[in-house]
Amino acid sequence: MLKLDKVSKTYKTGDKALHNACFEVPAGQVVGLIGPSGAGKSTLIRCINRLVEPTQGSITLGDTELTGLNRRELRRARRRIGMIFQEYALVERLTVMENVLSGRLGYVPAWRSYLRKFSPDDIAQAFSLLDRVGLADHYNKRADALSGGQRQRVGIARALEQNPELLLVDEPTASLDPKTSRQIMRLIRTACQERNLPAIINIHDVMLAQQFSDRIIGLKAGEIVFDGAPDALTDEVLTTIYGDEDWTQLRGDNAEQSTDPEAPAVDLAEGV
Amino acid sequence: MNTQVPGAQSSWQFRTPKQTLLRWLGWFWLVALTVFCWQVMNENTIWAFVIDAPDQAADIGDRMFPPAWSYINNLWEPLWDTINIATLGTLLGILIAVPVAFLAATNTTPSTRFVRPLALFIIVASRSINSLIWALLLVAIIGPGLLAGIVAIGLRSIGFIAKLLYEAIEEIDDKQVEAVRATGASGAQVIDYAVVPQILPAFWGISVFRWDINIRESTILGLVGAGGLGIQLNASLSTLAWNQVAMIFIVILGTVVLSEWVSAKVREAVL
Repeated sequence: MLKLDKVSKTYKTGDKALHNACFEVPAGQVVGLIGPSGAGKSTLIRCINRLVEPTQGSITLGDTELTGLNRRELRRARRRIGMIFQEYALVERLTVMENVLSGRLGYVPAWRSYLRKFSPDDIAQAFSLLDRVGLADHYNKRADALSGGQRQRVGIARALEQNPELLLVDEPTASLDPKTSRQIMRLIRTACQERNLPAIINIHDVMLAQQFSDRIIGLKAGEIVFDGAPDALTDEVLTTIYGDEDWTQLRGDNAEQSTDPEAPAVDLAEGV
Repeated sequence: MNTQVPGAQSSWQFRTPKQTLLRWLGWFWLVALTVFCWQVMNENTIWAFVIDAPDQAADIGDRMFPPAWSYINNLWEPLWDTINIATLGTLLGILIAVPVAFLAATNTTPSTRFVRPLALFIIVASRSINSLIWALLLVAIIGPGLLAGIVAIGLRSIGFIAKLLYEAIEEIDDKQVEAVRATGASGAQVIDYAVVPQILPAFWGISVFRWDINIRESTILGLVGAGGLGIQLNASLSTLAWNQVAMIFIVILGTVVLSEWVSAKVREAVL
């Protein structure tokens, strides 16, 4: 279980990116984090594994208070938190296998990882995860030889290779076509269900967020302005989060798109 | 259609009067400087020698031709020395330059306040002194011979390789670093898995390029007694054996062309 208590972040430039964020995420719950650009979504999830240092508040994962850890303890805590990135953030010039195995780096001494000598268990797990995300045949390819959707699958496998207790997902579908986006979201969602894994998914696409999350948190200018079930995300709520817009019209457009998923144009995009 | 807004400004100048004046002054100073330099040059030139120049050049050219082809047999050993000086010197340079580059790059240095300035100082110190001058110093310190040449080339290469490499390190994609760090990897593992793969092509390119330069530089180190072809060149020059000098030039040209070809091939292979 993850618990945030009055977490705030003020950058050195004086920007208040996050203000008094409080919420709990129980095991197995998938939380969609929505809000306009610059609302603090990225800052919030990076505060949890302290890629960004929170200025105030406490974050607890299980029994561990994350905010007070020293460097060594922080590395141990990060092993328990898997992260999936916008635009994949794979190491482009390493192979798919090396990228997936890098999920074990926190458990392996530096000389072993330097020689790429991972334990048979780690390697077996990497193979089964690659099989799980549908890339079993690609393990020896370099990451930059894969398509966008394939790269994000490698990103998912890398995060799951950590055997995490929590998944942080930052804009997983930002550069993917609509159909691949759904496949990626479905993959993350089922992985969380199978492992009873809590996840926080920071996402721009409100319809995707509603479709694949158990709960939605809305951020606006660093403050949580909505926390509830996906169904409770009414037009009024969307207006509080994003400002005035004709939401009904947008939903209509989107529904048209998703009722016609087998349209050739979409299939072409998927084929890449 | 007339789109002009009533009362809008209709005159526009490319430069303000002040800019025009400054530019005019700039050109004026340049002309004045040229005239002055011409005068200084005239004072220190013996024109009789200059007028004589075509004849002298023709005379030396004449003595150079035909090159002393059989002299090649005296050149194989110094040539081998030259290549060894360049190669071992480059390796020595790389060995020291790589850690210096990591200490100098803002994103990998342990301390921007203390360690980075020190690393940058090493780079500047190495770069500011020409190999020939390093060799002069080292011949005086460790005596004439190959070792002085190797160390001279090595010391000069540190700055070159470290500077280009630390710039490459600073230009890497930070997201890949962040992603590896987020797995709980240690500092050394982050460098191994996220930084090194990104700078490897640059590293090979820079190293081979420096080796290529070092082949050229090591051909003249012998002039100050640091081994290689330069010793032979010095001897032939001082005995006015111009046809031997011509042969040495041919060998140097051949070696440089070869090293150029090798470095082009290596760069092709790593990118």
